[in-house]
Amino acid sequence: MTTKYLEKNAIIAGVGQSQVGRRLDRSGLQLTVDATKAALADAGLTTADIDGVASWPGNMEAMQPGFSPVSVTDIKEAMGLELNWYSAGSESTQMSAIINACMAVATGQARHVLCFRTMCEASAIAKGSRSSLVGAGRNRIGGSFQWQIPFNAFSATNWVGLAASRYMQEFGMTREQLAQITLTARRNAQLNPKAIFTDPLSLDDYLQARMISTPLCLFDCDIPVDASTAIIISHADTAPDLKSIPVRFEAITGPLKGRDSWDQQIDLTRFNGEPAGTNLWQRTDLTPADVDVAQLYDGFSFLTVLWLEALGFCGRGEAGAFIEGGQRISRDGELPLNTHGGQLSAGRTHGFGFFHEAVLQLRGEAGERQLSQQPKVAAVANGGGNIAGAALLVRD
Amino acid sequence: MSDVNETPVYKRALPGPLPELDELNRFFWVSGEDGTLRFQRCGDCNHWQHPPSVICPKCLGENIAPQAVSGLATVGAVTVNHQAWTPGMTEPYVIAIVELDEQPGLHLTTNIVGIDPDKVVIGQRVKVVFEHVDDVWLPLFVPV
Repeated sequence: MTTKYLEKNAIIAGVGQSQVGRRLDRSGLQLTVDATKAALADAGLTTADIDGVASWPGNMEAMQPGFSPVSVTDIKEAMGLELNWYSAGSESTQMSAIINACMAVATGQARHVLCFRTMCEASAIAKGSRSSLVGAGRNRIGGSFQWQIPFNAFSATNWVGLAASRYMQEFGMTREQLAQITLTARRNAQLNPKAIFTDPLSLDDYLQARMISTPLCLFDCDIPVDASTAIIISHADTAPDLKSIPVRFEAITGPLKGRDSWDQQIDLTRFNGEPAGTNLWQRTDLTPADVDVAQLYDGFSFLTVLWLEALGFCGRGEAGAFIEGGQRISRDGELPLNTHGGQLSAGRTHGFGFFHEAVLQLRGEAGERQLSQQPKVAAVANGGGNIAGAALLVRD
Repeated sequence: MSDVNETPVYKRALPGPLPELDELNRFFWVSGEDGTLRFQRCGDCNHWQHPPSVICPKCLGENIAPQAVSGLATVGAVTVNHQAWTPGMTEPYVIAIVELDEQPGLHLTTNIVGIDPDKVVIGQRVKVVFEHVDDVWLPLFVPV
C-alpha cells in the first residue's frame, strides 16, 4: 500500500439506507438506526466492531430544523457504541465525514468508522419550518448571510441561479441542454424503487415548469426528504473479515480555496469544485477517461454541470455541449450519471446517496438499475459554491 | 405629475430581515446616510475589500479604512426570483451581483430596482441608491 496518499488504505465496508420519503413516520434517530443496522448487516459487522463515528455537519436542530437532527453522541448512545475516535462539525466540507473517516482508519485512530447523514427536511417543512431558507422570520441577520438575506435572496436557488445566469450568458448553454441533467436523473429514477419522482418527464414538461429563480425552474431543484444514509469506512486490512465486496478509496479531497462566498469570486462561474478536481487527479494515476460512472452532486442541476467541468470530464464552458441530447450521460453512454436518479428525483440525501449508489454499482448490486457494463471506477462529488469535495472509488 | 426634483423612493420587494450591526460592518450599512457607498480599502496597497475585515488579505497590512466609491457598477449576474419564500410575496423581483467600477471582483449581492425585472441584463450599467430602514441604509441599484 502506498504511504503517500493514505486514503488508498481505506475501504467502504458497508452501506445502508433508511426509507427515503417525503413524510416518514420515523424520527431522525430512528432513521439513523435503520441505516446503521443496514450498513452493519451489509458489511457483516456488529456494533462491537464500530470504534469510530463521523458525521457532518453535526446536530443543527436548533438553527435549521430537519437539516441535521442527529448528533454523533445520539447514535453512540442509542446503539451503545464504544468509540476510539469521533468527529462532526459544520465548519468543514460537505464530504468531511467521509474524508475524516478515511484519515482516521489510515492513521489508526479507528478500525471501522460509521459515517451518517440524516435529514428530516420533508417533515420539518410539513411542520412549517423550511430549513433551506435562511433568515426567514427573523428581524436581523449577522454573519456571512447578512450579505444576501436583506436583499430577499433567501434561498440557495437564488445564489445558484445567479451563477447559472452568468454561465449561460458567458458560454451559451441553453435551458434545453441544462434540462438533460434533470431528464437523465428522472429516467434513472424509474429503475430505482426508492426514488421519489418516477413519472416520465419530457423536455416540454421541463420547459413549461414554473420558474423558481431564473434560469432555474422547479425541476432544477432537488427534493427535500426524510432519510438517513450510513457508510462504514474501514481499514483495507479488514477486507478479509467482511461479508461485502470492498470498495477502495483511490483518492479523496475537500479543499477551501478562492473566496468564501460565491458572490465574491472574481469569476462568478468558478467554484471550489475546480481545486477539488485538481487535487483529486494529483492523488492518483487514473484520469477522467478511466471513470466508468459518475455520481455528481445535483442539489441543483446546474451544480452537476459545473462538476462535469471541474472533474475534467469536459473542458471549461463545454458542459452544455457535452450533455446535449443526454446520450453521453445516459445509462449506456460514455459517462453514466447519477444512476439512482440523483437528488433531483431520488431525494436530497445530501451527498451520501451518491456514495451509496457508487458502491452498489461498483459491486454489481444495483438491481434493476445495475449498469450492463460493470463499472470499476466511480467518481463522487458533493457540494457547490465554496463547499466542495470529490472522491474516486475503485473495485480492485 | 410629480415634481421633477422629487427623489424617488426605492424599496426592496419585501421588507425582509435587516443586517445585524457590529463594529466591523456598521460603516457599510449606515454609509448611505449621506448618499455615498463606502467599502474598506487598504491604505498601504490600495486593495478594496469586501466583506469588511480586520486586515488586508493582499498585503496583510492593518491600515484599512472605509473609503467612498463612485456607486457605479456593472451587473455581473442576475436572477429573477418567482418563488414566494415568505407570505406576502406576490411579484417577481431581481437579485443581482454587481461589480463596482473601482476594482474587478469588488462585488455586492443586491436588488436592481426601478426597472421591469425581465429587462435587467448582464453587462448593464447601474448606480447605487439606498433604502433607509431603521438604522440601516441598504444599497440597491438602478439603471444608469
